[in-house]
Amino acid sequence: MGDYYRDEDLERFGEIGKYSPELFKKFMDWYSSALAAGLLTKREKVLIGIAVAHAIQCPYCIDAYTRSCIEEGMSLEHITEAVHVASAVRGGASLIHGIQAHNAADKMSL
Amino acid sequence: MTFKERVETIKSGTLRALRMEVLQVNLGYRCNMSCKHCHVQAGPGREEIMDKGNIDAVITALSENGFKSIDITGGAPELNPLFRYLVKKAKDAGRHVAVRTNLTIFFEDGMEDLPEFYRENSVEVIVSLPYYLEDNVDRVRGKGTFQKSIKALQRLNEHGYGRASEEAVLHLVYNPQGAFLPPAQLSLEEEYRKELSAKFGISFNRLYVFANMPVGRFRDFLLRTGNMEKYMERLRSSFNPETIEGIMCRQIINVGWDGRLYDCDFNQMTGLGVTDGKPAHIKEFDFAGLSEREINVDEHCYACTAGQGST
Repeated sequence: MGDYYRDEDLERFGEIGKYSPELFKKFMDWYSSALAAGLLTKREKVLIGIAVAHAIQCPYCIDAYTRSCIEEGMSLEHITEAVHVASAVRGGASLIHGIQAHNAADKMSL
Repeated sequence: MTFKERVETIKSGTLRALRMEVLQVNLGYRCNMSCKHCHVQAGPGREEIMDKGNIDAVITALSENGFKSIDITGGAPELNPLFRYLVKKAKDAGRHVAVRTNLTIFFEDGMEDLPEFYRENSVEVIVSLPYYLEDNVDRVRGKGTFQKSIKALQRLNEHGYGRASEEAVLHLVYNPQGAFLPPAQLSLEEEYRKELSAKFGISFNRLYVFANMPVGRFRDFLLRTGNMEKYMERLRSSFNPETIEGIMCRQIINVGWDGRLYDCDFNQMTGLGVTDGKPAHIKEFDFAGLSEREINVDEHCYACTAGQGST
């Protein structure tokens, strides 16, 4: 499993379209539109991208969005702050479920 | 597709000089620094330096022809003992003078008065500052470089540089700190302005954003780290045909430390001299013969046409 994720596989993304070209095209069009500058700048969107990449822990996304962030003029300081946001939200999501544990405990307690 | 073929797909015929407005002169490869991205591979150990005969030929070519300005580069051009002589002669000839300086040179012996010298001669100063954060700069240019650069910029500001005066223009240059493309110039300029002003009270006129050339020390890095193929592919796939019209090499002629002529400083480093519109030496300079010359191109030229272009 050591080479489960390989750098060169990212460039093979287009192969996903082989068995369902229409759906893949729709995805790519949507993806491009979603990442294009709108009310949010390109810079803001790739920062969201790097945060999400870490939250979902996708190696391809981490590589791709690290490059995007750097090519948008951001440093490791910017990237690390974004990763902290992702981690904090993710950590908070775990922590808030402590209330569910409290609720469950209350239900079975005198 | 080679760069030459790519240009020919968007332009009938070959790439030619358009209007020779800038005489760019490399005064030598000696430098007080050894930056990792340097296309010149400049450093303290380099001996190549322009002599008086060639400098006088530069002054003659500048004075007697239709150049608007001289763009002086190196190495650290200030380390050529005839640097100030050239600047003064160029000013005497009524030409605009721009100098590409590394900033840290201001702290070398005998160089402390450079900001005053620049101001007295209304020199446009173009400085290398690859980022606005210390770690990023020091990693590329050596430990302590960022702090020295900040002090040097503050000194230039004290002499009126980087504010409203056209006689004291200060531009910064960003280079990517690795095998990736630069960001959009305007958005990064905004970031630089905000950060440098808030933290250090520094002001400047414009930020130029250049892609790294796959030549010199940066080429060695690409080869050593296995990044060459991917970087070149990135440059090729980012080719922007709109950059061709205003590409730098069409408006300049570049003079090497030994007087040989090139289409740009990058061609100089790859040894690709002028071949159309000879003679190809500053001592036999022929403005008319070179003004519509065919530009020699190679694969490194993709770095000047990627994305927004580097000019």
